[in-house]
Amino acid sequence: MLSSSGVVVDEEEEEQEEEQRGLWCSGPFGLTVFVNADKMSSGAVYSHKDPMLKKRDDFEDILEERRTSSDLRYALRCYTPVLYKGVTPCKTSVLKSMVLQSDQLHYVINQVSKESGRAADDVREEASAILEEMAHSLQLSTVRFFAFMLSKVFKTLFRSICVNEEGIQRLQQAIQEHPVVLLPSHRSYMDFLLMSYILYTYDVALPVIAAGMDFMGMKFVGEMLRMSGAFFIRRSFGGDKLYWSVFSEYVKTMLKNGYAPVEFFLEGTRSRTSKSLTPKLGLLNIVMDPFLKGEVFDVNVVPVSISYERILEESLYARELLGVPKPKESTSGLFKARKVLSEDYGSIHVYFGQPVSVRSLAEGRVNRCQFNLVPRHIPRRPSEEIQSFVNDSAYRLVRAQEENMVLKPWVLLASLLLQNHHQNRAAGQKPGMALDELTTQAVWLRDVSRQYGAFLHWPDHTSPSEVVSSGLSLHRALVRVCEGRVQLAVEQGEQGGPGDPRSTVTPEEELLSQAVVVLSCASYRNQMLHVFVRPALLASAIHIASSNQKQEVFNSFSFLRNMFSSEFILCPGATVQDFEEACYLLVKTGVLQVTQQEVLVTERGHRTLAFLTSMLDPFLQGYQVVCRFLCEEDTETLTEKQFIPAVRKFIVNHLLAGRLRYAEVLSSDLQKNALAALQRLGAVRKIKGVEPGTLKVNRVMVNSLEDTLGGKLPTQKSVSARL
Amino acid sequence: LHGCAPVWLEIMKWNGWGYSDSRFLFNKKGQAEFTGKRYRLSGMIIPGLKDWFEGTFGANLQHKTPPTPLLTNTAVPPATLNEAFVEEVKSTGIPFSHDAEDRVFRAHGHCLHEIFALREGKIGRVPDMVVWPSCHNDVVKIVQLACKHNVCLMPYGGGTSVSSALECPPEETRSIVSLDTSQMNRILWIDEKNLTAHVEAGIVGQDLERLLNESGYCTGHEPDSMEFSSLGGWVATRASGMKKNIYGNIEDLVVHIKMVTPQGVIEKSCQGPRMSTGPDIHHFIMGSEGTLGVVTEVTMKIRPMPEYQKYGSVVFPNFEQGVACLREVAKQRCAPASIRLMDNEQFKFGHALKPQVSSIFTSFLDGLKKFYITKFKGFDPNHLCVATLLFEGNREKVLQHEKQVYDIAAKFGGLAAGEDNGQRGYMLTFVIAYLRDLGMDYYVIGESFETSVPWDRVLDICRNVKARIIRECKDKGVQFPPLSTCRVTQTYDAGACVYFYFAFNYRGLSDPVHVYEQVEHAAREEILANGGSLSHHHGVGKLRKEWMRDTISNVGMGMLKSVKDYVDPNNIFGNRNLL
Repeated sequence: MLSSSGVVVDEEEEEQEEEQRGLWCSGPFGLTVFVNADKMSSGAVYSHKDPMLKKRDDFEDILEERRTSSDLRYALRCYTPVLYKGVTPCKTSVLKSMVLQSDQLHYVINQVSKESGRAADDVREEASAILEEMAHSLQLSTVRFFAFMLSKVFKTLFRSICVNEEGIQRLQQAIQEHPVVLLPSHRSYMDFLLMSYILYTYDVALPVIAAGMDFMGMKFVGEMLRMSGAFFIRRSFGGDKLYWSVFSEYVKTMLKNGYAPVEFFLEGTRSRTSKSLTPKLGLLNIVMDPFLKGEVFDVNVVPVSISYERILEESLYARELLGVPKPKESTSGLFKARKVLSEDYGSIHVYFGQPVSVRSLAEGRVNRCQFNLVPRHIPRRPSEEIQSFVNDSAYRLVRAQEENMVLKPWVLLASLLLQNHHQNRAAGQKPGMALDELTTQAVWLRDVSRQYGAFLHWPDHTSPSEVVSSGLSLHRALVRVCEGRVQLAVEQGEQGGPGDPRSTVTPEEELLSQAVVVLSCASYRNQMLHVFVRPALLASAIHIASSNQKQEVFNSFSFLRNMFSSEFILCPGATVQDFEEACYLLVKTGVLQVTQQEVLVTERGHRTLAFLTSMLDPFLQGYQVVCRFLCEEDTETLTEKQFIPAVRKFIVNHLLAGRLRYAEVLSSDLQKNALAALQRLGAVRKIKGVEPGTLKVNRVMVNSLEDTLGGKLPTQKSVSARL
Repeated sequence: LHGCAPVWLEIMKWNGWGYSDSRFLFNKKGQAEFTGKRYRLSGMIIPGLKDWFEGTFGANLQHKTPPTPLLTNTAVPPATLNEAFVEEVKSTGIPFSHDAEDRVFRAHGHCLHEIFALREGKIGRVPDMVVWPSCHNDVVKIVQLACKHNVCLMPYGGGTSVSSALECPPEETRSIVSLDTSQMNRILWIDEKNLTAHVEAGIVGQDLERLLNESGYCTGHEPDSMEFSSLGGWVATRASGMKKNIYGNIEDLVVHIKMVTPQGVIEKSCQGPRMSTGPDIHHFIMGSEGTLGVVTEVTMKIRPMPEYQKYGSVVFPNFEQGVACLREVAKQRCAPASIRLMDNEQFKFGHALKPQVSSIFTSFLDGLKKFYITKFKGFDPNHLCVATLLFEGNREKVLQHEKQVYDIAAKFGGLAAGEDNGQRGYMLTFVIAYLRDLGMDYYVIGESFETSVPWDRVLDICRNVKARIIRECKDKGVQFPPLSTCRVTQTYDAGACVYFYFAFNYRGLSDPVHVYEQVEHAAREEILANGGSLSHHHGVGKLRKEWMRDTISNVGMGMLKSVKDYVDPNNIFGNRNLL
């Protein structure tokens, strides 16, 4: 038996199991390696078994301590993070020379020199300059400065910053055993400072962060960020072999040698809509490469979900989506943002997910022998096998981020209020809904979303009405409560600054300012889309399918899923799984009965089904309008560039004429996604016309897609997937 | 009929490695000792072994797993004899036997699962009969008779296979006859003008060297199994010897081969040192693993015995530096007769095998050395690794060569660590197989396997395969951390040969051999995924067959298959190795 200290007490009658467990953990090799190993299976990334059984860790508010003890002492405290197998972080100069002397870069420099006729030294100079521009120069003093400043800022802005400490412990463990990649979700500029702040707080190794070059524009701030671990990459460098080579070698060198966890945003950019974006594969490819080529035993990828109760850039995003261009990142702009400091942004939840072993992801998927026949330092395009592996992994990781996003009650309220807003408008009823009605519905939706696996943070000890009013009051910029009725704050029609009188407001301006509020609300509703998207697609499929035949419904589902695959995170090639998952959830919650042949809606299922279809309806309508636009307008000379302004104008007219109820269709995000879908389906093609990027529209096809979306045409039998 | 090679049977273990009189054991005081008189270590006490053994494996001398002491004849399946064949063999006068012991002895190689089963007294399909041809013509007769009566023949040399090559295919319904070449063990002639020797293929390595030494020559071919493995076996598996840097591997040493196949005898018409006469037919024979016929006679290159031999060793601060040094040595093409690099775990293992020192002075010197390396030079005892060296040639050149190698080593932080360490390193080679038997007495099972790999992947493959072994053990429920260690044993221009050693304490496992096999399988997958070869010199046998197609491509398989189909259409040589 084991005593509390873990020492074997009874030597005579050995308890094999326990005695031996002990040995694995603290044996002669100090093999703590295994403590977490069994949790690392690929199944941990994402499995849609039963969302109700999902186990999640508890949170701890890290601001609590900051409010009671000295920020200065905190910023100056002893910081001794554990590193990968005990390596010491190396000087940036050493790192740079490792990169410049790497075989890979050497090869590419010679290649570029040969191809361009430039002297190799010349190319090497350029490589060195690229690296200079790119490389981070992490300094503890800057980190401490940020730790101090951010403590002040965070305490003013946020009520709490909640972190799952078990996740941090898993991360600590992972960092010691393998190179680690951190993949936070990206909803705000705040994200990466916040990440580093948290890791500093918990004494975890500070990451180096891939940041877009646009930050560099902010003179002083750019350098500050660099010193806090950011490295800068150009937004596009597609054809530049040398740039790519320096960049990938830099990232790989840091990763392989375990000097610091590498952090980047899988979504590539901040999501303006709060929906997860289709993952970008470039960096993921780079960080998986050392494993695939056998240069490290494994790489651990840690999805991190950062949920903001109220997003700092809320109305900024909405304006951007509506076509008011975003202000260029500039230092002065940042200072103007000081106004922001006076507001209450609620709390932040940061959930460090289960570390995902790239090795287990690749098990049985990738034949690593493919690297045997060409020297590994010669850059090659990833094979199709690897591309599809990285792509699938990326989707799984984004889903892993999504599923640990914390949803606040306000997200439910925003969804309900938006639906109500549009329904009332259609019915010409009095705007808004009664507060107690909202509360009742919110409680209903709370229970439903929990059933669907949402990570809902609904305070249990508080009464529902308090929860609702607290949510409403935090978002008073978006909702009005008067005479016991709650409605979206669209009446005054402005958002910019209270008390700013506007005498002459055109209907279009009026519409746009209302749209700012609607889009802001929609971005909160979007936070729960990932919970409902599959069931909602099924609900809509049932709606538009011509019969209850299962195959019929599946065809519609497959059609919609295909249509919306740029809009939502839907893993490529997983139509059948998604359909089964949706059926499973809707059957389990008593909404549907699915037999061999038929899909039947139950008596009590109508409410949920109606909610689900309404949730997807703006998107359905939006895509139809885009189709309409392409069919009706003169699109002979339409280019990709002109598409957004033109379709926006078209939509504005439709909205003003009352032919369309959803102002959120004005979102350029939706319009772009719709165009992408039509291009993917071959209904629109980009041709090299008079101007580059001219769009060639197949009107017959677009028209039929529109009709199918509207349920006027039966969906074609899907060729690729049958049940 | 029993007892045609009785001497061999009596001096060899039937269920373990090597000579019956030589084995490790823990004596009553709990100290390890090595019995017998045959080896340098024989009769010595090894004080450090017990602690290392218990510490490394979590083993306990109280927990014993002794083998079944005697072979019970009832456990052996009755022989299926082809009476007509037996009659005709009898009439040729070639000795044969269907005695159970003789048959069991030739039914296995030295894979872990084979030895484990023997220790448990479990016997599977064994040959039904053993024949002992004593010359080429005897073999011709036997093969003809086997063809005539459709009997399955399995050539048997030294029985040191570690690829399941000697396992009888359980699905074989014909009578299986083990063709034991051990009586074909003569050197037929030595040609001093051309420095070649014509030798019968059944001769075992140590006899060949001893006999040649008597005339002042050697082949220089010293595989780790050379005490027991045979010339024919080397040819059939594409063997490699420790001193290949000077003498070459078997394919470099062989000048002429005679093999008896069901289609007749295959050989070349002359002994020209190199020919451009189409694909070299020797390369169909070498590595054929007994699937095409029996190698009966081989003409081999010989060399005058080296005037001077010197061992040496170098300590490196870490394995990476050591590999870099070996790479540089290979690049400069100045590798000594042998150069091997052990990793840290193996260094510790080697250390644990130091015999008790007799004088206080030596132990004082040892302490001083240790102090110098770890304290003065700052080597971390948990990272340092050691290379063992063997130089051969005339004295002057050896010393010159030695200096060159040590100079290179110094550039990689290597410190010369003396002849003794080097010599002990090589001695370990011969006793390590005995150590496995000791482990098996105390719940510890293990084995080694090898690969060859390009230089740029040596470090990666070592790290990844070792880590994979540890990971797999954990996943498969092994209760104690395994020993997972490697060494680089050969250098080539374009790569190296890497050996992995892997052993674990299987207490608490219901089917340890199965677990062992799963881990080894995973380790091999990892080797292949890291650019390593399926085998450097152990061969494929039946153990690694499943990877052959991926290894040599479909067309490659077809080529080998078509050779087999022509040479042996009725699958008389039916051991089912390789393809």
